[in-house]
Amino acid sequence: MSAVTQADQAAPGSVPAGGLIGHRGLADRSFQWLALAAGLLVLVILVLIAVSTTQQAAPWFSAEGWGIFGTVWDPAANKFGATPFIYGTAITGAIALIMSVPVSVAIALLLTEVVPFRRARPIVYVIDLLAVVPSVVWGLWGILVFAPWIQHIYAHIGSAVDGIPVLGSLFGPPTSGASFFTAGIILAFMITPIVTSLSREVIATVPTVDREGAYALGATRWEMIRGVVWPHSQGGVVGAVLLGLGRAIGETIAAALVIGSSPSITSHLFATGYNMPAVIANQFGEATGVFKAGLFGLGVLLFAFTIIVNVIARWAVERSARRMRGA
Amino acid sequence: MQRRRIQRAASVGLAAAMASLVVAACSSSGGNGSSSSSSGSGSSSSALSGTLNASGSTFQLPFQQAAIQAYKSIQPGMTINYGGGGSGKGRADLASGVVQFAGSDSPIPSDEIATFKGKTVLYFPVFLGPITMSYNLSGVSNLKLTPAVIANIFQGKIKTWNDSAIKAINPGVKLPSTPITLAVRSDSSGTTANFSLFLMTAEPKVWKLGSSSTINWPSSAHAGNGNGGVAQVVKSTPGAIGYVDYADAKASGLSFASVQNSSGQYVAPSPASASAAGTTVTLKPDLTFVAAWQSSPSAYPITYQSWDLVYEKQSSANTAKLLKAYIGYLLGDGQKLLTTLGYAPLPSNIDSKAKAQLSKIGS
Repeated sequence: MSAVTQADQAAPGSVPAGGLIGHRGLADRSFQWLALAAGLLVLVILVLIAVSTTQQAAPWFSAEGWGIFGTVWDPAANKFGATPFIYGTAITGAIALIMSVPVSVAIALLLTEVVPFRRARPIVYVIDLLAVVPSVVWGLWGILVFAPWIQHIYAHIGSAVDGIPVLGSLFGPPTSGASFFTAGIILAFMITPIVTSLSREVIATVPTVDREGAYALGATRWEMIRGVVWPHSQGGVVGAVLLGLGRAIGETIAAALVIGSSPSITSHLFATGYNMPAVIANQFGEATGVFKAGLFGLGVLLFAFTIIVNVIARWAVERSARRMRGA
Repeated sequence: MQRRRIQRAASVGLAAAMASLVVAACSSSGGNGSSSSSSGSGSSSSALSGTLNASGSTFQLPFQQAAIQAYKSIQPGMTINYGGGGSGKGRADLASGVVQFAGSDSPIPSDEIATFKGKTVLYFPVFLGPITMSYNLSGVSNLKLTPAVIANIFQGKIKTWNDSAIKAINPGVKLPSTPITLAVRSDSSGTTANFSLFLMTAEPKVWKLGSSSTINWPSSAHAGNGNGGVAQVVKSTPGAIGYVDYADAKASGLSFASVQNSSGQYVAPSPASASAAGTTVTLKPDLTFVAAWQSSPSAYPITYQSWDLVYEKQSSANTAKLLKAYIGYLLGDGQKLLTTLGYAPLPSNIDSKAKAQLSKIGS
């Protein structure tokens, strides 16, 4: 609306007022309707997806009740508890964030604060290239190249920490190269580009005046980053991280290939596990009855989780943007 | 895994090319060149045109690809598409009317019958196939296993290769103390369903994990996607054992065990021993049966089967004609393609009943 009024205000100077205005009004109005319809269409499709998947999942909800959060998923015994998959999704997401966020933020700071723009450009291209690698390629590389290689490292770590109270139960000897940890690392690779580029954009919005003010007061570069850049971009970076998390928990095929496909709840990070999207992809082909409804139900839960994460992320970004405008 | 796919695609292509040569040779040597007169070859005199869409069992996929390729030279006006996706997907597609026939390794489960809305579905058995117990043990080439030992291995009760239960049935074989690694399917599968059905039938007291397209394996199991994925795990993991369909085990060059059947004989998996299992099955009136755990002394016990599912009443006369012709071909000359692909042709007792059922398809 504000764009329309601005255009009207600008018009008298350039275009003589006359018969054109009626036409333009019509075009504006129809454009408005078109835009509104497009926006609503997306919303309607989203609601339809939510309603129809929930409907398909209904037999699971009614058969299991609160049992949907049970710890056993065993189609042969007609037990369909989702907890192993929720657990696996949370663990792999956490590993991905712990590995990816420090690196991503460091790269973003490097690109905005340390390297001059002209030289930063090729680095930005390379990082963005990581984002266009199809996830199935990540998965195949993960299972055929990365997992066999890292299994030896797991074995070394495993035998080194064997018997130590906490470390021993987290990093005990592996059973296979495919595990929670491998999936977490692959996911970390996959979300690094998005977290990096969003953080970089947020950090780039810090006003030059503020930076120079800090330098003028005798701050070192590190002090400037800590005192000016970080408070300014904190919210935006949190948003970027959450958007990365949204991608990590929804990632299907790469996770399906490297996570090991075993519905287990264990503190042991080198053990084989499962996450929600992977089990849907793997088991859908032959599922029937409540089993199939359960897979739809996992989809509904996953849909809800990603929406929650994304809404929080948007909110964090918005809030920091508002604060920055206020500053 | 990818290499395996390519190998399989290449072998299917080769088989299809050979098959079309054979068919071409047959048809050029006079009208009644083929000896087995199926109803498919009966209708091949008139040119048919139209499209048949199908999906389902990935176990059937290589066979369907080869058969479709070969059938092109018999009925060039017909287009047949067989998309895999798994038996469950095939049945769901048939129920929702997306496809004209569905490949399935299991009969329609009871909780799915309602989706077919009371319409009669005909089962056409297409072929049999052995599931191998493929293993990776250097120096051991003639391993023997019993159903009870297999059940205990896959439940994680037998943990090392030199376990006394394995030693007792393999006298004279030097078994290492290597820990056993299980190789299983990560995707839900008709192979898993039929392997677990075999264990449940043969050793109901020992086998506690039930029978389903997805089994809750011991968490130490290594999972691979598809038969090719399991073969890859077995191949790359010393001490591994997995259930892999014969065609994929052969293509990956794996060694596989002889398994004791219900008459006490140790039989190696092969197309011939799988066909032998088919000769003694109990055929129900709807032509469903279980090929596992058969009593014939030469039968391989872990044999499974696949059906094509078709509605008795078709929406158009032409579709009925196309289905009769193509499925007639699969049951007739198409059976000759099977052995090179690593499958077992239907024994005549099943094949003749299936052919007789073709006349039921109508509109």
